[in-house]
Amino acid sequence: MHPQDDHVSATGGWQQDTITAEIRAILRAHARLAIDAAALSDDADLYQAGLTSHASVSLMLALEDRFDVEFPERMLRRGAFASIASIRSGLTELLGAS
Amino acid sequence: MSATTSGTLLDTARHIATTVAGLHADAVDREARFPQEAMAALRAERMLSAAVPRDLGGMGATIGEIAGVCETLGRACASTAMIFAMHQINVVCLLRHRGSAAYFHEYLSHLAQHQCLIASATSELGVGGDLRRSVCAVEPDGGRVRIVKHAPVISYGEEADDVLLTARRAPDAAPADQVLVLVRKADTHLTAVGNWDTLGMRGTRSLGFRLEASALPDQVVAVPFADIASHTMLPVSHVLWSSLWLGLVSDAVGRARAFVRAEARRSPGVTPPGALRLAETVVELDTMRATVHRGLDEFERHQDDIEELSGFGFALRMNNLKVAASRMAPEIVARALGVCGVSGYRCDSPYSLGRHLRDAHSAALMISNDRVLAANASMLLLHRDE
Repeated sequence: MHPQDDHVSATGGWQQDTITAEIRAILRAHARLAIDAAALSDDADLYQAGLTSHASVSLMLALEDRFDVEFPERMLRRGAFASIASIRSGLTELLGAS
Repeated sequence: MSATTSGTLLDTARHIATTVAGLHADAVDREARFPQEAMAALRAERMLSAAVPRDLGGMGATIGEIAGVCETLGRACASTAMIFAMHQINVVCLLRHRGSAAYFHEYLSHLAQHQCLIASATSELGVGGDLRRSVCAVEPDGGRVRIVKHAPVISYGEEADDVLLTARRAPDAAPADQVLVLVRKADTHLTAVGNWDTLGMRGTRSLGFRLEASALPDQVVAVPFADIASHTMLPVSHVLWSSLWLGLVSDAVGRARAFVRAEARRSPGVTPPGALRLAETVVELDTMRATVHRGLDEFERHQDDIEELSGFGFALRMNNLKVAASRMAPEIVARALGVCGVSGYRCDSPYSLGRHLRDAHSAALMISNDRVLAANASMLLLHRDE
């Protein structure tokens, strides 16, 4: 599915629900968590779910690729990728600005 | 802290370095024994609590001042300097991340009063040298907690009073979901595994141990170890280790300088052949000094800025300090050896450089440079500044 085909909003054509679903799909493919990403709440701590610093870099790269954004230096830190909600908030900001 | 007090701390370090640590350095190295004389002298001068705030009975020294002590001790005995540095790293981790915990408040005051020495048990069998993963866990045990850890290395584990260790937060926690726990000697059973017969840093007595400890839940630092590692343990380790390597290298170059001067005195009016080589060596030493001082400055400028400390840019710069300083150290000592020739090669001459060379080769291995570079390689995939 190409979310760009859906409703165009302030987040560069991405809807919040779609962003969340994409984050979960990317988590499943790249984060190597001990828990299935579908079972994680939006606020669950990804590091406690088994995200390592190494896997977090793969996760960041996959997110950049999927959403066609570049995380600025201020977002390249642990806290920004600590939960689905914090990732979505960062992405929403970047997509809105683009 | 006033310049006067700072001067006193460094003066005390110089005094201990020249009158105690330096005198025993060769014996400590030869016998691979704990530098007990130097450590006793540091305790007598209350240096083990140098970084502890004054209101808790310490000296309130800054990281820069502690780095100065590490460099000074490194000139005399690198094993002593490394033990001092590792202890201070542990103290600083507790100081910076204890929050309002009453246990650590009281512990730091106890440490200042009794000059306790803290070892650290961060490495573990089964994690392939990765600081940020643990196998062992904090296990509930009645009202207390219990930890069993197979540590391939605990420097001065037998001589330390207390041990700061990493473990998974709970038995069901992920390998990277770690906490830091301070365990006390009286509640800890250490079984030594193997011995410590190495090329250098022989006085650190970094034996392997099976550690079994019981602790109060209060002895677990509440902040995730991930934050402690990136905000404090790694950068402070890189700064303090680099500083003591700088001291070690400065002493090696000092011996080369003394050798050239002695040559010059023997044939007045003729520049000795080693003088040019010494000049080259001093270029490298100056570069190393600038690198170490810049790293220290970087940490001191940002030490209270959580945002900056959490960023990739800061982690990359501190890792660069570690890799650069650890590469330069054995290279410069080897250059100094080139200046001194056979006199440096001999183990019984005042220009002897064997211990310096062997100690300097440990630098690349303490958190292996390959691991540090792999972390940088991964961060550089995303980092765009510079």
